[in-house]
Amino acid sequence: MTQIAERRELRDDGLSGLQLSTRLKNIWRTPSGFFGALMSVDHKVVGRRYIVTAFVFLLLGGILAIVMRVQLAGPEKTFLSADKYNQIFTMHGSTMMFLFAVPVMEAFAVYLVPLMVGTRNIAFPRLNAFSYWIFLFGGCFLWISFALNVGPDVGWFAYVPLSSLQYTPTKRPDVWAQMITFTEVAALAVAVEIIVTVFKQRAPGMTLDRIPLFVWAMLVTAFLVMFAMPSIMVASTSLILDRLVNTRFYDSSSGGHPLLWQHLFWFFGHPEVYIIFIPGTGMVSAILATFARRPVVGYPIVILSLIATGFLSFGLWVHHMFVTGLPQLGAGLFTASSMLIAVPSGLQIFCWLATLWDGRPVYRTPLLFVIGFIVIFVLGGLSGVMVASVPIDTQVHDTYFVVAHFHYVLIGGAVFPLIGAVYYWFPKITGRMLSESLGRWNFWLAFIGFNVAFFPMHILGLIGMPRRVYTYTADMDWAHLNLLSSGGSVIFALSFALLLVNVIHSLRSGALAGDNPWDASTLEWATPSPPPPQNFDRIPIVKHRDPLWFDNESLPVVAGLSVERREVLLTSLAEAEPQIREASPAPSIWPLLTAIATAIFFIGSIFTPWAVLWGTPPMAIALIGWFWPAKTREDEE
Amino acid sequence: MRTALVPFATLPLAACAGRQSVLDPQGLQSDQILRTFFIFLIVAAVVWIAVVIVLCVGMLRRKRAAGQPLALHQSFERTSGRVVFVLGVATLVIVLGLSIVSYAGQRTVFAKDENALTLKIIGHQWWWEVRYEDDSPNKSFVTANEIRIPIGQPVKVELESADVIHSFWIPSLTGKMDLITGQKNELQFTAKTPGVYRGQCAEFCGLQHAHMAFAVLALPPDEYVRWRDKENESAKSPTEPLGKQGEQLFRARGCALCHTVRGTLAGGQLGPDLTHVASRTTIAAGTLPMTTATLGAWIADPQHIKPGNTMPKMPLQSDELIAIIHYLEQLK
Repeated sequence: MTQIAERRELRDDGLSGLQLSTRLKNIWRTPSGFFGALMSVDHKVVGRRYIVTAFVFLLLGGILAIVMRVQLAGPEKTFLSADKYNQIFTMHGSTMMFLFAVPVMEAFAVYLVPLMVGTRNIAFPRLNAFSYWIFLFGGCFLWISFALNVGPDVGWFAYVPLSSLQYTPTKRPDVWAQMITFTEVAALAVAVEIIVTVFKQRAPGMTLDRIPLFVWAMLVTAFLVMFAMPSIMVASTSLILDRLVNTRFYDSSSGGHPLLWQHLFWFFGHPEVYIIFIPGTGMVSAILATFARRPVVGYPIVILSLIATGFLSFGLWVHHMFVTGLPQLGAGLFTASSMLIAVPSGLQIFCWLATLWDGRPVYRTPLLFVIGFIVIFVLGGLSGVMVASVPIDTQVHDTYFVVAHFHYVLIGGAVFPLIGAVYYWFPKITGRMLSESLGRWNFWLAFIGFNVAFFPMHILGLIGMPRRVYTYTADMDWAHLNLLSSGGSVIFALSFALLLVNVIHSLRSGALAGDNPWDASTLEWATPSPPPPQNFDRIPIVKHRDPLWFDNESLPVVAGLSVERREVLLTSLAEAEPQIREASPAPSIWPLLTAIATAIFFIGSIFTPWAVLWGTPPMAIALIGWFWPAKTREDEE
Repeated sequence: MRTALVPFATLPLAACAGRQSVLDPQGLQSDQILRTFFIFLIVAAVVWIAVVIVLCVGMLRRKRAAGQPLALHQSFERTSGRVVFVLGVATLVIVLGLSIVSYAGQRTVFAKDENALTLKIIGHQWWWEVRYEDDSPNKSFVTANEIRIPIGQPVKVELESADVIHSFWIPSLTGKMDLITGQKNELQFTAKTPGVYRGQCAEFCGLQHAHMAFAVLALPPDEYVRWRDKENESAKSPTEPLGKQGEQLFRARGCALCHTVRGTLAGGQLGPDLTHVASRTTIAAGTLPMTTATLGAWIADPQHIKPGNTMPKMPLQSDELIAIIHYLEQLK
């Protein structure tokens, strides 16, 4: 008995202040040195890497956009060959969708969700590290292939039969399809982590109706990822099988069908838009509440809208296929279901407008980006209502009108909130403020540049300019508007250069942020900036939807977690009542090794089917190492 | 009401109408689509302007003094909830209304006429095969990259693909429809006014997707019949020496392996039918206007003008080239 009493572990109620803080820091910190960094399972470290990597891909994809705009600035330019242009527009789309937009949103979630729900690490931290490595390897694989002139050239949508072996007998579509597999695995892993973190690791008292709106948005997004991604996984895997081992999924001469690809692709592809946009709405809600100085109007309406958007997003993929010869009544029903998504989107917009109406707005850079978002996104949403109409779509489908539409939706709906989010959370992540004056320049350049670049494309589409053409003749009357658009794209690019300057400058000499520089209300602001490895010395108790506004001086906390090993508190799903203390994994090199083995397997398999055979043992060994049972205190007692 | 608003809304946009423009409708279907489009445009513009006004007023109106963020007025919370709900219902009503407008337009655009003139269009990388089919085989003929139709009569095009997916689109006449491998689609349209309307492939179909255009010549019915009867005839063999030499070279240098000239021994099936090639307005699927110079440049090095297309560069002496051009120019 005495032995057990002696071995009784130390809990955080036995320590306080600096002692507690130091002790927790030592347990939760990432090991030092290069190898230590490779072993990190801290959601903040992984999240930061994820964010930076995704922004590097944004930079690369943006450079491609500028290169395309140079080629299209005038008629019959020879800046790019047809072959290069086709690779570049494919790389631009694939990079922006798969390597920037989706990952960057998940990256912010990986960093912020555990802090916002008041826990010490994300659920499944090693899976999280694995997810990052897989994402990194997939992205590098695509870009190295591009540098070696094996970049995909069949569009980010890779329609069969153009992407089949018969019409594209190079390795290029294989590279594209396998890059999809990489990003799929990464995205699904993060989705699982987010769902479990939100459902089981919320701070005590954070009932479902006290979860911050950003976290709600990421939760809905995670479910969309879980249901949408398998569809593209089936699609891209079948494509690779058709190309590598002569299956006939899409071959119409053997009973397959090219439209099978389009259905599978868009069943993923349309929810994908909301996988990008819904996190943007979460960022808008977070920023708006802080800078309008009041909670967002209609919290339940916003959440129900998010969920409704999620459900509806699976019922409108066919509007990408209105000109494939579908039955007319069916197509007409998809018109209605596509437009219906305007209702939940509209409800959110009305809630935000009401918030600004009643609030006392403080016009800092993040809020400027949110206002820009409302102006641009509403326009993009309305042109979306137009393209949802079958007769209108038969004219504007696959023209620059659609290019304009989805850039208004994606840049307006996701990138503007994202840049706002960078300004908003940069102090939390780095401990330093971004420059406000550069921020204003950044906003106005982005807002003006974006509209000059993309608004003319609506008209270009209406006067007949199709998408994905590497050039056009002088007699088509498209030259002036294209030149204008190219000019706008340069201004828009400058705004990102300014953001980069701001980030680099502020990292060195920005003003120190303190815990809560914006006087915001959610839990991530209750801890130092940047947060310590353990996030919180003591897990807070949440009594209100806006805990820091409700109880700024003394946030109540729970005690009783171990200070001898990594431990998180699990709570019940709906009421967030404490249930059990759960061990959280320590740093490990195995996620990286598993990712390397997986990457060899994936990349090898596009060169020979035998890679599936010899690629498996290294993965199995890595996974055995990863899951090798470690002795824990629980087992000993 | 609708028709009254349409011209008003058209004004600023019609100014930028080009050769291949949705905003310059010359057919029954494109007319209907543009009407539907303008109804949507007006609704969208009103909604967008309303949102921006509410946004601006919301920001600029006089605010109460700063205080605790959670010190909310219960009356505002209740009213705003109701207003948001009413606006949500309004959105739903607008959306359902527009769905009905859209479906009505769709019915008109896709209405079928059994007596339509039927053509078959087969998409190739990167040109259009056009087949005029008739019950009697001696009235069926094949041409390429140019469609001639009578005005005022419904035209039905049956769309197929020989390779990858293409999309058939004549903005001035109607919306597009895909040509899908292993599937037969069809599209009907009626041209109202005579003219030359440009069309272009709208689905990315590989390297030279940008150079896959075609011309539609809408003719008065009698003129159409004259053209059809002429087009139906076989090619006349040339009588003078240069032409004869050209015809002979056309076979000897391999052109005939891919191209058909009806009434001669040239019967290749891979490339466009050239029986009356000189009567067309463009070459290389709308890439260049049809002139002696462009024809020569194209035959001399097709890969320079449209890299990646299936026509190889043939080694020809300059006098041989001249003879072939001379021969082709007589194929009217």
